[in-house]
Amino acid sequence: MVSMPVLVLEDIDKSFGGLKAVSGFNMTIEKGEVVGLIGPNGAGKTTVFNMISGIYRPSSGKITFLGDEITGMAPYLVCQKGIARTFQNIRLFRENTVLDNVMTIFHPRAGYNLLDAVLRTPRFKRHESAITGQAMELLSALGLEDRAYDKAMNLPYGAQRRLEIARALAGRPRLLLLDEPAAGMNPAEVVKMVELIKYVKEKFDLTVLLIEHQMGMVMKLCERLVVLDFGQIIASGLPAEIRSDPLVLEAYLGKGAAV
Amino acid sequence: MQKSKWGSFIIIAAVTLVVYAVVRTLETMGLIDQYWQRVLDQALIMTIGALGLSIIYGFTGQFSLGHAAFYGLGAYSAGLFSKVYNSDHNLLLFMVSLLVGAAVAGLVALVIGLPILRLRSDYLGIATLGFGIIVKVGMDNFNKLIPALGGATGMSGTPQLANFDWLFIVALLVIILVRNFVYSTYGRACTAVREDEIAADVLGINTTNTKVIAFVLGCALAGLAGGMYAHRYPFLHPSSFDFLKSFDFLLVVVLGGLGSITGTVVTAVAWVFLLEVLRFVLGQTFIDFRGVIYALILIIAIIVRPQGIFSGREIGFLVPKPFSTLVGRKDGVNAGTGS
Amino acid sequence: MEYFLDQIINGLQLGLMYALIALGYTMVYGVVKLINFAHGDVFMVGAFVGYFGFTQWGLSVPLAVLTAMAVCSILGVIIEKIAYRPLRYAPKISVLISALGVSLFLEYFCSLKFVFGPNYRVVTRPFQEMHWNIMGVTITNIQVIVFFTVLIMLLLLQFLLYRTKVGTAMRTVSVDHDAARLMGVNVDNTISLTFAIGSAFAAAGGVLYAIAYPQIHPFMGIMPGLKAFTAAVLGGIGIIPGAVLGAIIMGQVETLTSAFLSSQLRDAIAFLILILVLLIRPTGILGRNEPDKV
Repeated sequence: MVSMPVLVLEDIDKSFGGLKAVSGFNMTIEKGEVVGLIGPNGAGKTTVFNMISGIYRPSSGKITFLGDEITGMAPYLVCQKGIARTFQNIRLFRENTVLDNVMTIFHPRAGYNLLDAVLRTPRFKRHESAITGQAMELLSALGLEDRAYDKAMNLPYGAQRRLEIARALAGRPRLLLLDEPAAGMNPAEVVKMVELIKYVKEKFDLTVLLIEHQMGMVMKLCERLVVLDFGQIIASGLPAEIRSDPLVLEAYLGKGAAV
Repeated sequence: MQKSKWGSFIIIAAVTLVVYAVVRTLETMGLIDQYWQRVLDQALIMTIGALGLSIIYGFTGQFSLGHAAFYGLGAYSAGLFSKVYNSDHNLLLFMVSLLVGAAVAGLVALVIGLPILRLRSDYLGIATLGFGIIVKVGMDNFNKLIPALGGATGMSGTPQLANFDWLFIVALLVIILVRNFVYSTYGRACTAVREDEIAADVLGINTTNTKVIAFVLGCALAGLAGGMYAHRYPFLHPSSFDFLKSFDFLLVVVLGGLGSITGTVVTAVAWVFLLEVLRFVLGQTFIDFRGVIYALILIIAIIVRPQGIFSGREIGFLVPKPFSTLVGRKDGVNAGTGS
Repeated sequence: MEYFLDQIINGLQLGLMYALIALGYTMVYGVVKLINFAHGDVFMVGAFVGYFGFTQWGLSVPLAVLTAMAVCSILGVIIEKIAYRPLRYAPKISVLISALGVSLFLEYFCSLKFVFGPNYRVVTRPFQEMHWNIMGVTITNIQVIVFFTVLIMLLLLQFLLYRTKVGTAMRTVSVDHDAARLMGVNVDNTISLTFAIGSAFAAAGGVLYAIAYPQIHPFMGIMPGLKAFTAAVLGGIGIIPGAVLGAIIMGQVETLTSAFLSSQLRDAIAFLILILVLLIRPTGILGRNEPDKV
């Protein structure tokens, strides 16, 4: 029995006005894979993420998730279907507590309605308790339970990145899009982040698509790489192959840290 | 856990009874005369309306400059209802009229909100401002459709059924309602939209729904406040519901602090009293300088402390205790919304 | 038919005056992305200066316009420095609220008895109103004055923006502050200058308005201000020709509504247009679509 691929992007193009950001993009991700999307700055990687998330509608092409077409679907519906993501420039709910940041994501599945909330019915209390418990578990898994009541904006950088991931996981996704989760981290922190992502992938049975410039992370984590330059795929394959691909080296691999 | 659940309830009940008792006593002792009683009532009406704007702007980040339009719609609807159907001063019908006021405001908010809440903050401000002006023009001319509404010369004839007791109870209920809304998944969705609408959207929150719910609820509260106003002031005039009144509500919410129920309530009451005290002390000069004072206070406040006095802070007993055992609980000041 | 053409010309007169105000809104929005609520009140101050110019100092029209422009440009610079600059990099709402505060302050301050007082004042024009009948259409000398004044000012603005260094600086700052700084532009001064020019234009509009509709009062700036803002958005906020285009359209719509429908509906229709534009095409007629960066 052939299993359905998790994500398929077919002939995706995206133009902004006269500028072609992405063209002829094709990608298939199977269940359980960890795929890396790499390339120089401005290559169009985040644009691809934004199209998957539903923030941008592709100019042409088709995106399919677990067999359903999601091209141009509203972002919140895309998420509810099972795709969650983190952002390149952290986008936490800054004034809210760490716990609230995670609990918020349970909203579509909260289990009670407005009347329940206002009247504080038993159903409200039951579900709110459950949400609090599940959110705390997630925080625990990411080492954030001690800071549950801190304001998100007061967290140190590494903790903020972890909170972004905790928040994404609250949506019970099947596919996790990580946009430069290790940006700005030193080698020791990168190692920890690699471990964290591996752990989270196993624990929550995820498929992961990763944008990253830190080559250390990319090589250790990704089973397969797709290389983007000027909006087009110039290479794709195993990390070892990509490392020595002349086209890729020419396009400037980015940080090129020791592996 | 039982203890902490009842703890905050007891404190709220105690504070409420004390406040009520104090006011009543002062009244019977003659220390609060008719004039100041009216001021107190105005403070309660202001609180209800301001809490509405607090939900819309303070918690959901939607910059509405047309709040007074909904206040006015509520006042006229509730007032007209009572004027026409409640000449025997029936209390049940009075309650119905308040619901009518809130419902009319809420419905109009729904119709208007669906299209305009898509706009980003500065444009939303202008659109709601424009809407407010359109409504005011409407109020000046309603009497062409329904003569009883009075038009530019105003409407009278609403039975004056709202007294301190009613206002106090309604204000209290509204505070509890708003607090329960804020400290729930709905409140969290609202603050998420305020903090980062795109992130909220991408992470599964139906931001349009969230904004519309907040807007309708907030405007319905404005309508409720308007309904109370109509039953406490015998004469309704369109000029009471113009842009300046929207500005009044905005001032209270901004000064009081975004994301704080306590801030809104305290500032609403304090603001009404402050203005009356100034009027008392400065007399005629105050009336002349009133607009200038308002404006200066707003400018200074926004430059010196843009986040407001109580920004994000809530009085302890309003914040619900968490439901499960948690590690590292921080006491006292709660940031954003609690859980 | 003649009546219709007369109304078109009246609409043009009104529209050109709105254009002067709208240009101020659009220029300021261009450089600091702020909707300057106080702009309509600067217009009002200009009208009052013109009034004093005519009734107390015996100034001719050009001198009155220049005086008003001078006074208001200083006023604009002061407002920017005190109420907007401290909030320049704060959340947009804060500076918007500050602008609201300034607007109210100007209105109420000018209503104070020792300033202008709250009452309407009638403006005595320094010339006799004349009208001519050309091919059945009535044209007044006021319309001529408005037309030529606005034309001259537009040409001067065009020259300033595209042929001078300061104009280039203004255009650069409206694209990106940091980039402008890196190119050696003094961003603060450029912004101050933009406010000065925008306010001067509003002032000129104020004097012309006082001549055309000779009743002034401290709250006279609210409606024209909002309508001029609508015009700027309609044409494309931040785009100079857009402001003029939008203003001319607004002038026509208002005058024709007033003449053929009802003058009561005048204001409501103006805001209806605003809301529709914001909903359907917020970038305006001449605007381009700029997607948010995520």
